[in-house]
Amino acid sequence: MQTNFTQAQLADPEIAVANEILRRCVHCGMCTATCPTFVTLGDELDSPRGRIYLIKDMLENGRDAGVEEALHIDRCLSCLSCMTTCPSGVDYMHLVDHARAHVEKTFNRPLADRLMRAALAWVLPHPARLRAALRLARPVRGLGFLLPGSGMLTKRLRGMLRLAPRGLARAAVVGRVYPAMGARRARVALLAGCAQQVLAPSINAASVALLNRLRVEVVIPPEAGCCGALVHHMGRDAAAREAARANVAAWVAELDGAGLDAVLVNTSGCGTVVKDYGFLLRHEAGAADAARISALTQDISEFLLKIYQPARVAPGLRVAYHAACSLQHGQQVTAPPKTLLRKAGFEVMEPKDAHLCCGSAGTYNIMQPEISAGLRRRKLETLRELRPDVIAAGNVGCLTQLAGDGVPAVHVVELLDWMAGGEKPLALS
Amino acid sequence: MRAMKQLDPKPEILARRGEIIAGLLRILPKRAVIAEAVSLKPYETDALTAYRQVPLAVVLPEDEGQVVDILKFCAAEGVRVIPRGAGTSLSGGALPLADSVVVGLMRMNRILEVNYPDRYAVVQPGVTNIGITRAVADAGYFYAPDPSSQLACMVGGNVGMNSGGAHCLKYGVTANNLLGLRLVTMAGEVLELGGTHCDAAGYDWLGLVTGSEGQLGILTEVTVRILRAPEGARAMLAGFASNEVAGECVAAIIASGIIPVALEFMDRPAIHACEAFAHAGYPLEAQALLIIEVEGSEDEQDATLRRLREICERFAPVSMRVARTDEESAAIWKGRKGAFGAVGRISPDYLCMDGVIPTSRLGEVLRRIEEMSEDYGLKVANIFHAGDGNLHPLIMYDANEPSSFARAERFGAEILTLCVEAGGCLTGEHGVGVEKRELMRVQFSPGELEQMRAVKDVFDPHWLLNPAKVFPL
Repeated sequence: MQTNFTQAQLADPEIAVANEILRRCVHCGMCTATCPTFVTLGDELDSPRGRIYLIKDMLENGRDAGVEEALHIDRCLSCLSCMTTCPSGVDYMHLVDHARAHVEKTFNRPLADRLMRAALAWVLPHPARLRAALRLARPVRGLGFLLPGSGMLTKRLRGMLRLAPRGLARAAVVGRVYPAMGARRARVALLAGCAQQVLAPSINAASVALLNRLRVEVVIPPEAGCCGALVHHMGRDAAAREAARANVAAWVAELDGAGLDAVLVNTSGCGTVVKDYGFLLRHEAGAADAARISALTQDISEFLLKIYQPARVAPGLRVAYHAACSLQHGQQVTAPPKTLLRKAGFEVMEPKDAHLCCGSAGTYNIMQPEISAGLRRRKLETLRELRPDVIAAGNVGCLTQLAGDGVPAVHVVELLDWMAGGEKPLALS
Repeated sequence: MRAMKQLDPKPEILARRGEIIAGLLRILPKRAVIAEAVSLKPYETDALTAYRQVPLAVVLPEDEGQVVDILKFCAAEGVRVIPRGAGTSLSGGALPLADSVVVGLMRMNRILEVNYPDRYAVVQPGVTNIGITRAVADAGYFYAPDPSSQLACMVGGNVGMNSGGAHCLKYGVTANNLLGLRLVTMAGEVLELGGTHCDAAGYDWLGLVTGSEGQLGILTEVTVRILRAPEGARAMLAGFASNEVAGECVAAIIASGIIPVALEFMDRPAIHACEAFAHAGYPLEAQALLIIEVEGSEDEQDATLRRLREICERFAPVSMRVARTDEESAAIWKGRKGAFGAVGRISPDYLCMDGVIPTSRLGEVLRRIEEMSEDYGLKVANIFHAGDGNLHPLIMYDANEPSSFARAERFGAEILTLCVEAGGCLTGEHGVGVEKRELMRVQFSPGELEQMRAVKDVFDPHWLLNPAKVFPL
């Protein structure tokens, strides 16, 4: 597609990257078909191609983001389904990331919006703050209907309360080395994450237990924290890079110290961003280290593929595998989780329109409650058609989003660990 | 930079913009009207981005009643109307005019009825082409026409352009798979044409409306034939040392009496672009590639493939391979169907031509195109529905380079003129749109064009509906 940037604009390396991306797009429109928001809203402006055009126009004219640009860019789930579909290889992810940062910098959001976003950015990436917030929310979890009005703020608050878990389990495993059982075959760092260790600590517990059982030593350096994805997707570029820098430093210390065979991520939403640290920090002093870490990063299912062995007879459960967008589109990891679940002895099924997002998408289910609820409904319908005993996914956001519909939703590693000799997932008891 | 002349906007309409938008907001919900300049911009073009024009407004109706209201309102106000589906037209079929209201039918995307005993489906125009097949696939059925953009393109546009696809060699184009339509005329009248079975009573109105490029009315319902899916299908690849030899092989296959379900040709640049995207194992050493697909029972496939291999072997193929699994077949088709976008990997911009030629002239036509390519200094990749003679040269250019587009446009016009001279025509399935409008003079005499214009006069006497398309200005 033709672009109209001046030489002066192109001197800005960020604009130069955006220009390269835009030039790749031939405006064929294939991406519209697999975009969850276009499919549900039926407006070019809510399709990847429409957003690309909005972003192009905004950047070419050096314009601040206005209400319209913010609206349609905010509505993007960053599910990256469009990138799987795009025949031209348009790097939509980095373009929309750029646009989000531009919106954050130049658009003056309404006060309620700003407060909500600031609160989420302050609470979610910090386990202690999130735990405290959830303790406060727990007693009023069922009282969302008492909130007055039908405005966006009310809908968002109701959505938040719905996502609060009924109970808070014990604190997550964090901050030490978990030795391999038997002769060590590998040493890995595991991203303990932020919200996940509060919302579903069983995921990290199962990951560590399973890896140890498979003779893998796991290290969770206490200096590593949130991956930065949550703030990154809010356009808070500086905060995202700060988080990335801290993690890179913590893991490089391990890598250059006792050594690492891989950095593993069990929340695919985080994995997509960690695999992109090399790009995120490309202009910084630690760029080379960031690139090393990105190259070393794998989704836990990719790593397990070569070493997983079940140790129990499978109970013959029907597992509906829900492909998290960050895994299937963001990281293009599609087969490993299914292969592993089958190897563990489960009957694995996939829903129709598996490429469509469930509407979780980081803080999207809080910020865009209506679209998110529509996508959730759609996803649950297609999952129910499979009559599964359990839903499995590789991303805590999806699991939270799909919970509460009568079918337990667990992380893939919880099922894998159970079959390898670990505990039965609590949700199945 | 736009070489194409455009119809002048009516100043009185532009002057009354605010009033017209207010009028649209009176008959439609707020969410159905787009009027801010920033938001109109992405609607200024379709998949032929060389032509662009921001419209006066965009409306997104959700049902037939709203379409009727919009057209009645626009007819009364003298406002031009541009229908739009997915915006995947390669001929500028959805290009707006400055004084026009774009009617986007993307929200009318429901499947209304599926009838298996009588083998038809009734759908709204905003259902995607593949959406029909997906809705009936579990029951073992499919909708046959399969344009390369089938994932995204919508049925309404398929009818408007009479779209074909790789498999139309066996199953025919949209016109051959259509049973009935509901059409709203510019006056707001709803016409029911055809029905739910073949051979509807009376004149063949469907034949008239199919391929009329949104100039006779706006579709609100489309009834299509659905077919029992074959037991299985397999694709094979045969690479050849030259375009001519591959062309001769196509002629030999057709002459043998075999009708493969698809018979697709790609030249060397197309092979390389598509392989980079699909990793389908296309032979990179070949000058020309045929993708041949057969279907039926295993035995039937085996027997036909055996005969096809024998025929191909007579033309000294540089490679030959039959897909062993459904995944391999899918990869082969992914490359072919993503061909246009895949060219975006090797060139920032392209013009996709859509000529038809007699298959026997393929070698000669491709040789001429190659010469022109050198004259114009622009690369070209050729994709060809070899079975039915539909040629898609993709002219690569760089829109950021000043003279590049004008050269590409002239090159394209020369290719299409060549197609007509070779005994073919200007468009196989993309439609005339705005792109080939002026070239209609090459194909038709002034008298013929006058007769065609007279047909539009009957449906839309004031030429408000998608004007400035199809006919030379």
